[in-house]
This record gives sequence, C-alpha cells and structure tokens, in this order.
Amino acid sequence: MSRAALLVLADGRFPAGGHAHSGGAEAAVKAGRITGAASLETFCRGRLHTAGLVAASLAAAAVLGADPAELDAAADARTPSPALRVAARKLGRQLTRAARATWPSDELDALARRFPKGAHQPVVLGLVARAAALEPVDAAHCAAYESVSGPASATVRLLSLDPFDATGVLARLAPDVDRVADQAVEAARRAIDEGVDALPAGSAPLLEIGAEAHAAWAVRLFAS
Amino acid sequence: MHLDHSHDGPRAVSADARRPDGSRRALRIGLGGPVGSGKTATVAALCRALREELSLAVVTNDIYTREDADFLLREAVLPPERIAAVETGACPHTAIRDDISANLEAVEDLEDEVGPLDLILVESGGDNLTATFSKGLVDAQIFVIDVAGGDDIPRKGGPGVTTADLLVVNKTDLAPYVGSDLARMAADAKAQRAELPVVLQSLRSESGVREVAAWVRARLAAWTA
Repeated sequence: MSRAALLVLADGRFPAGGHAHSGGAEAAVKAGRITGAASLETFCRGRLHTAGLVAASLAAAAVLGADPAELDAAADARTPSPALRVAARKLGRQLTRAARATWPSDELDALARRFPKGAHQPVVLGLVARAAALEPVDAAHCAAYESVSGPASATVRLLSLDPFDATGVLARLAPDVDRVADQAVEAARRAIDEGVDALPAGSAPLLEIGAEAHAAWAVRLFAS
Repeated sequence: MHLDHSHDGPRAVSADARRPDGSRRALRIGLGGPVGSGKTATVAALCRALREELSLAVVTNDIYTREDADFLLREAVLPPERIAAVETGACPHTAIRDDISANLEAVEDLEDEVGPLDLILVESGGDNLTATFSKGLVDAQIFVIDVAGGDDIPRKGGPGVTTADLLVVNKTDLAPYVGSDLARMAADAKAQRAELPVVLQSLRSESGVREVAAWVRARLAAWTA
C-alpha cells in the first residue's frame, strides 16, 4: 500500500462533496443536543460506534471484493431514513466522479455504469481504496474517521465553536476510531465467508429521525 | 491495483466538450459576486432575453435556502424542470471552486433530463470578492458587483473583479443616490482588467441586460464554432 495515497483519500479537501454535509450535526445542534465541545464529543462517539462502524464495515468488505450491488442493498437495509439514503447515494456518486478522475479503474467505471445515480458512499469508498491499492483497514479508517470529522467541522461553522476544541475532540476519539476500523475489518472478513448479513447493523435512531426532520426544513446550511 | 493502468474509458470529469454520447455539451457560464449585487436578477433577465432563441437551464447555489431558485421559479423565467438548486454547506465558494462535484452533477442531470441544452447558467450564492469558478465547472464567468456596494470595489480588485471574463457593474440607476462615481468605477475596472470587458448596466433601464446578453451570445457562437 501507499501511505500517501491513504492521506490523499482521507484528506478533508478531497473534492467529493463532503463539505456540504454535517453528518447529522445540524439537526443535533438545532435540537440542543450539541451545544459545545463536550456534547460534540458525545455525539461523535455515538455516531462512530453506530453509523461509523456500519460504514467502515461496508467499505472494508468492498475492498475485500464483496459484490458492490449486494453491499449497496445491505447499506439500504441498514439505513431506515430515506433522506439519509438519498444523501449517501449523492455522496457516493460524487466520490465516484472524483475517484474516476484521480485513480482511474475499470471497477470504478463499472460501478458508475451500474449505479449512474450513485451507490452508497461507503461502498464506493471501498472500491476507491481498491483502485488506489489500499487495504481493507485503510478504507475502514477513512469511513470511521469521516463519520466523526464531518460533524466536527460542521459544528465549527454551526456554533462558531473554537476549531482547536473541535480538533481536540477528534484527537481524543482517535483510539476509538482505530478500534472501530479493526472491528469493521473483522466483520468484513466474516461477511466474505458468510454473506453480507454478517455485517454490523448498528443504528442510532436519533440520527435517522433527525435526518428526516432536517430534510424538511426550509432554511438550513447543510444538505444533510 | 490499477495505478499504472493506462485508461481508455470515457473521461469521468466533465470539462471536456463532448458528452458520453458524443454530442456537444452546453456552454456553462458562471455568475458570481457579493450578496445583493443583482446576480439572480441578471440571471432572470438573461433567461427572459435568451429563452426564445436558446435551450437553457440554470443551477443556483444558495447559501442556506432555496431562495434564489424559488425566486426564478416565482418569476417563471424558465419551466421548473430547467432550474436546479445545489446545497453548499455554508460555503458557496467551495461548491463552485474547490469541490465542484455537486454542481457538475446538477449540470449533467439537467442535460440528461431536459436536454439538449445550448447554455447553462451557474449562479453562485452571494459570497465575497475572492469567489471564482473552477475551470472544471464553467467555460466563462461573469462577476457582478453593484454601485451601492461602494465605488471603491473595482479599485480594490480581487480575483473576481480582476480575472472574470466579464465584469458587470450593476444598478447604475442608483449611483446618484448612493454617491458612487460611475466614471471612476469604470476607469478603476479598466486599470485592473486591461483588455477584459466591463459592462455598466441598470436592469431598470430600457436597455436592461442587452449588453450582457450580447456577450453571452458571442461566447456561445465561439463555443459552437
């Protein structure tokens, strides 16, 4: 693997649309569940161990060669909120575009043909990692880290939170991110043997409910 | 796994002039500029001026609402299926410059769904004087400022004022009321932009958007030549 390729993919400036999404932080801020660094950390920890673990497992399984269409259906089954499914496919489509230009590969071309309107972002992320010659654990790390870095940077904008505090939250969560990535790879290996039903199905009901409410707001800063 | 693979498939990015089916894609023109300078009003006027002769569509990048898209819909300058809104996560300049993927999807979807199109206008959310469009997203850009925002803006320059393919100084009818010196604005703009064109316009005047529309027609003629 190329460690630098991992940095390119994990960079928050990788142009794949993430900047317009808050990972549920905007809804949580409005509802008073995120009010500062401490509650941001609690929110992120919850998201990491639920949506983050699921995303990391899907990404790792895609790197291991699981069928993208099966993984996409598995992602749908693990995403009750229609608004979140739409957001995940939008981001998946944007990542597909960015990755086809940066790491051209037949698999990504095939994915774009199979899912012209986008597959779930974590599934795409795994195929991108494959195209960049990265390992399952790399894709899992990207997915797990994105699950907390998105809400953290969004909260800096939403609450004018001190950016040093937000980054401190991410640093404190780093050991958890490592653990989640390892769990995800283990689950992905199981899924290769036993089928996609073996993937984790952790869920945070408030993220799903918040996403549905958020999608109906007339005035909002983030797309999700 | 494909790091050294020479890639012959269709280009994934979309600055190329041809669509996957081989047809020429629409010319894309970006409109940027500060809040309230008249970007949406200029887009609306351009739609009215050009819609009979061209097949056109609009992408808006609002900061926190669908306000600009809704304005265009209310004004009925185009049928609703020809207007798409992109959400920008509080950073409109990011969506038109650093990470253009959502906007590229919007222009491609418009071409797929209501095409063939001759022209797509991509309007940025009102932002700051440094906002410019990526060359991967638009073929040319118009920067719209207005006389009420201060007649020193052309002198101060900045990427939008200095490098846009067309600078529009809007609301010239307000100049006497806000104490702006039009001649000075025109001279400062000329100094900043050398040969690049500047249009001073008032959409309330009889000539309205005529000069900008003529510039767009010339761009389109060059694009399809």
